[in-house]
Amino acid sequence: MEFFTLHDFMTYSKGITYLVMGAILVFMPLYWLYLTDRDD
Amino acid sequence: MGQEKAITEKQYFTPFNVIAGIIILVGLIISILRFTKGIGAVTNLDNNNPWGLWIGFDLLCGVSLAAGGYMTSSACYIFGLKKYHSAVRPAILTAFIGYALVVFALNYDVGRPWKLPYPIFYSQGTSSLLFEVGLCVFLYLTVLFVETTPAAFEWLGFKKIRNWVVRLTLVLTIFGVVLSTLHQSSLGALFLIAPSKLHPLWYSGYLHVYFFISSMFAGLSMVIFEGTLAHKWLHDKMDETHLAESRGVVLGFGKAASFIMMGYVGIKVIGLAVDNNWHYITTGWGLWYLLELIGFVLFPAILYSVGSREKNTKLIRIAAVWTVLGIVLNRLNVSLIAFNWHLPSAERYFPSFMEFFITLFIITIGVVVYRFAVTKMPILYEHPEYKEDH
Repeated sequence: MEFFTLHDFMTYSKGITYLVMGAILVFMPLYWLYLTDRDD
Repeated sequence: MGQEKAITEKQYFTPFNVIAGIIILVGLIISILRFTKGIGAVTNLDNNNPWGLWIGFDLLCGVSLAAGGYMTSSACYIFGLKKYHSAVRPAILTAFIGYALVVFALNYDVGRPWKLPYPIFYSQGTSSLLFEVGLCVFLYLTVLFVETTPAAFEWLGFKKIRNWVVRLTLVLTIFGVVLSTLHQSSLGALFLIAPSKLHPLWYSGYLHVYFFISSMFAGLSMVIFEGTLAHKWLHDKMDETHLAESRGVVLGFGKAASFIMMGYVGIKVIGLAVDNNWHYITTGWGLWYLLELIGFVLFPAILYSVGSREKNTKLIRIAAVWTVLGIVLNRLNVSLIAFNWHLPSAERYFPSFMEFFITLFIITIGVVVYRFAVTKMPILYEHPEYKEDH
């Protein structure tokens, strides 16, 4: 990926960051359920 | 007479005592060299690498692995998880010894021990992160000392003052959590001043967050690891309550560590995305980074999760050792291995034999003090006169 302006860079990196954050927000509650579903 | 002497000699000349004695003796000789001939006589430090093993391991690893104190006491006294009560005293004692040895080790690095109180009482550098770390460690060491005293007072029979100190428990716990949040993160923030020296995969604007979050699972893992060692070597010092609660502590702390570690992996990936550092992953440094993140964070997190679901404490104990090694690797990566990464190999730092030995000397002092404390004081058992208090 080539960047010509700071705006290009920010758009790209922030776009990826938001996608990663969304994935984490979905994953973490599911992981908690996985960790605790056998609790008494 | 002869038999008594033989028994006494047998008690004193155990393999542990002999090995610890030799290490301490050699350590004292190197200490004399350090404080008479200067830091250059015993270390490989230079102007490019002013911080070496004593900062990277003794201080950074020491502080993060001592985080079990604030994690356990906050779980028990702030979140009300009383089922972990038996783990509080050993964790607080380990934290106190850990922080005391951090301050002790710092003297080897900075020299002139009589000037150690200067930044706190004489000349405060209020704009410096190092000042904040120093102040927090000074205050937190005091808090840990006060938190440790009830066990000592119970041992010595000072009932009145012991009861008075126990009333301060909640305040001290809150104070401890606040101070730990500050200085655990600030230790990472120290490296924010060196973006050109630290490899981009380890340098991040979130470095302070990484240090704080990783200290949480470091502390939890250290409590499990230390409990494993205590069960093996100090089993006879534990009472029924401690033995009965230990399984719950391992399962609960393992689960918590697993969840936090997964979150940590998540924020590390966010750090990669924010700085767009993906292209470094395919380099040699990238493989080393992946070994740290996948091999020593993600993998033990999965081990923890499987162990806590299957109620397999052995698996959790293995994961704890793995995680402790991972924390050591991370702190050494940030402070030594990935630091000055661009320098030619001839100018890179590698600790001298004497630096390694002083580190071993300090760890040995910690083990000897811990062993003395748990042998004499009610750390792994409840004092019969105070059972109704818990």
